[in-house]
Amino acid sequence: MTKKRTGVFVCHCGTNIAATVDVAKVAREMADENTVAFTQEYVYMCSEPGQESVVQAIKDNKLDSVVVTCCSPNLHEKTFRDNAQRAGINNFTCEIANIREQCSWVHNDKAKGTEKAIKISRSVVRRVNRNKPLEAIAVNVTRKAMVIGGGIAGIQAALDIANAGVEVVLVEKQATIGGRMLQLSETFPTLDCSQCVLSPKMVEVKRHPKVKLMTYSEVQELSGSVGNFQVKVLKKPTFVDPDKCKICDHCTEVCPVVVPNEYELNLTARRAIYIPYAQAIPASFTLDESACLGLNPVVCGKCKDVCEAGAINYDMRPETVIEDVGAVVVATGFDLYDQENMPELGGGKLEDVLDGLQFERLCSASGATKGHILRPSDHREPKDVVFIQCVGSRDPAKHCAYCSKICCMYTAKHARLYKKHVPDGRAYVFYIDIRSGGKGYEEFVQRTMEDDDTLYLRGRVSKLYRHNGKVRVLGTDTLTGQNVEIDADMVVLAQAMVPSKGTTEIAKVLKIGRDKDGFLAEAHPKLRPVESVTAGIYLAGAAQAPKDIPETVAQAGAAASKVIALLSQATLSRSPLIAKVRPSHCTGCGMCVDACPFIAIRLENGKAVVNEALCEGCGSCSATCLRAAIDVKNVTQLQIHEMIEACLA
Amino acid sequence: MSEQQAYEPKVVAFLCKWCSSAGSDLAGVSRIQYPANATPITIPCTGAMSPMYILSAFNKGADGVLVSGCHIGDCHYIEGNYLARRKMHLTMELLKFIGVEPDRFRMSWVSAAEGAKFAQVVTDFINDLEPLGPQDKLKKVVSS
Repeated sequence: MTKKRTGVFVCHCGTNIAATVDVAKVAREMADENTVAFTQEYVYMCSEPGQESVVQAIKDNKLDSVVVTCCSPNLHEKTFRDNAQRAGINNFTCEIANIREQCSWVHNDKAKGTEKAIKISRSVVRRVNRNKPLEAIAVNVTRKAMVIGGGIAGIQAALDIANAGVEVVLVEKQATIGGRMLQLSETFPTLDCSQCVLSPKMVEVKRHPKVKLMTYSEVQELSGSVGNFQVKVLKKPTFVDPDKCKICDHCTEVCPVVVPNEYELNLTARRAIYIPYAQAIPASFTLDESACLGLNPVVCGKCKDVCEAGAINYDMRPETVIEDVGAVVVATGFDLYDQENMPELGGGKLEDVLDGLQFERLCSASGATKGHILRPSDHREPKDVVFIQCVGSRDPAKHCAYCSKICCMYTAKHARLYKKHVPDGRAYVFYIDIRSGGKGYEEFVQRTMEDDDTLYLRGRVSKLYRHNGKVRVLGTDTLTGQNVEIDADMVVLAQAMVPSKGTTEIAKVLKIGRDKDGFLAEAHPKLRPVESVTAGIYLAGAAQAPKDIPETVAQAGAAASKVIALLSQATLSRSPLIAKVRPSHCTGCGMCVDACPFIAIRLENGKAVVNEALCEGCGSCSATCLRAAIDVKNVTQLQIHEMIEACLA
Repeated sequence: MSEQQAYEPKVVAFLCKWCSSAGSDLAGVSRIQYPANATPITIPCTGAMSPMYILSAFNKGADGVLVSGCHIGDCHYIEGNYLARRKMHLTMELLKFIGVEPDRFRMSWVSAAEGAKFAQVVTDFINDLEPLGPQDKLKKVVSS
């Protein structure tokens, strides 16, 4: 092997690195390395002059490999590999040494930080010494996308993708699409009816020739990689043929089973056979298997008897469908923080203490009370209603540390809706701060305070309890320094938004990261806000972070445009860092075949052979092989051993 | 300078690319301070972690070795961390058998969201290593 000519480029990152790492010393130490032919330091290596200087240095010094010691490879590995290619050398001979996130930002002691930065840089220089030029593997793209979650985020993403001419599979867990937005009454700041905005979109997505709608279905498994995913979807049986169902409602009239209606947030009941909403899509009844007496004509069978359309079929079975798609958008939404966590506020057990979504159902013309605000305990019109903001939000000691962002706005909306329905009623709002950033939002809150005479009290509520048929609210008004006691007819809690249960599950299935609060993690908080860390999987809506409808729609559109851009490429390049067998060392023992999670290795004529289309480059095979006969390209065992040595020098 | 005063445990930290390396990046982004003793080497997956790397690190003078990957069930490569867990358990048994203190080798699960946990894992490890002093059981002795 001829000696490498490596160039080492040390970035100051302004003072981000230079303040706690002696960059000049790092460069000097690297210059002493046997294979290093050139070193340079610069204040911002990723700026245009910085990048140009790298290209120029490669050309001028006939460098054949490059180490950039800078920030995490997640940020600029691609930047500098592209520059290597521009300078005429193979991009896989360029590696990043992370001396910012893993060093300068976490060690204040300059001497120790510098020492560690030298070790990291040296280990990468040694690694690059044995890097081979590689070519990215071209793979075909499946021109089809999957959107998981049929709320406003999923519907918008699906429509935007479909309108670009790309086929979309929209998967929804519930019996209807529409999600949380469908449960809302009116939306802020315009107070237009949520269903009037959403329903046309639901119809559009159902009728769109490029959209395949799969409701009452769950994603169970994902395999493959960007451009070529295989997704296993479980279609749960609805026991009703949507094509035959005439939504005549005769079945619910005879069904003897009554269970809480989750679409009405348990404010009302439904039958075992039900339709979530009159305008549900698909427009069909669903038979809830867990509630039904047994799907057996001998036991009950009443619904089947009265169904003139013959739509009910007890013999339907779960069906597994495999969809091949090139990209996935995850839009699995939010739930409300569980009231059980707040016993001081009744823990979900106090009558007439509702959550925000339940209040939406009370206001909604399609809700149980047909849009009349009546308190659940006695169906009387409440005259004193207390709204409590930040329930579970902004409370790092006990609950969620973050701000749920939309509660200030929807509480103001609730107060206004209440005053509209009950003009002689009194509305009180307990708040910590009012956060009303957004177009027309601050004006909306001001109108709630001034025009609607809503009493805003700055302070927290310490306790709720039933007292003389009312809910007693004990709180403080921190602006006057007084304790406040209100006997309320009804209390509405603006609980924190948390990732939906489905979001937690789907993150496990798709193997995508979540942040400390459980929301889906974006690849970069500023520059890649709609991408997950896994290539080809995108994020939209409240599953990624609390957000309102306009932001959700915008993010869904952004995710859709990323999908369209990805799927409009003729081929994609796949990382060539995959396993390679040294036949001379392989004895055909087959241990790597067993270790491979992707079934990418087989034995042929007594030697291991890697299927390059299936190998993901995890390296489990190399760690298993007793003879070092299989290695991941450019992360070979020899390279790791040399890196270890460099770390301990 | 006497050795007692100067003793700083030397640690090699093998971090999987998808979880723990990203977790260490998050510790950086969050500016959480921790001891500078552990030098990170990013590997594709803890499943790629050969026991030889650990022995090699001790042989080359490491006072401690840390292996950190995705939480069980969260492996980007489906089951790499299960393979690692079994292999690392056996490696631990081997180290104990040959008389290396168990506190010199540690495995942890740190996700991409757990920057604070990563900093804590390193801090705790260094604290536990300090009383043990330099590792010489497996260190290659250079004859003078």
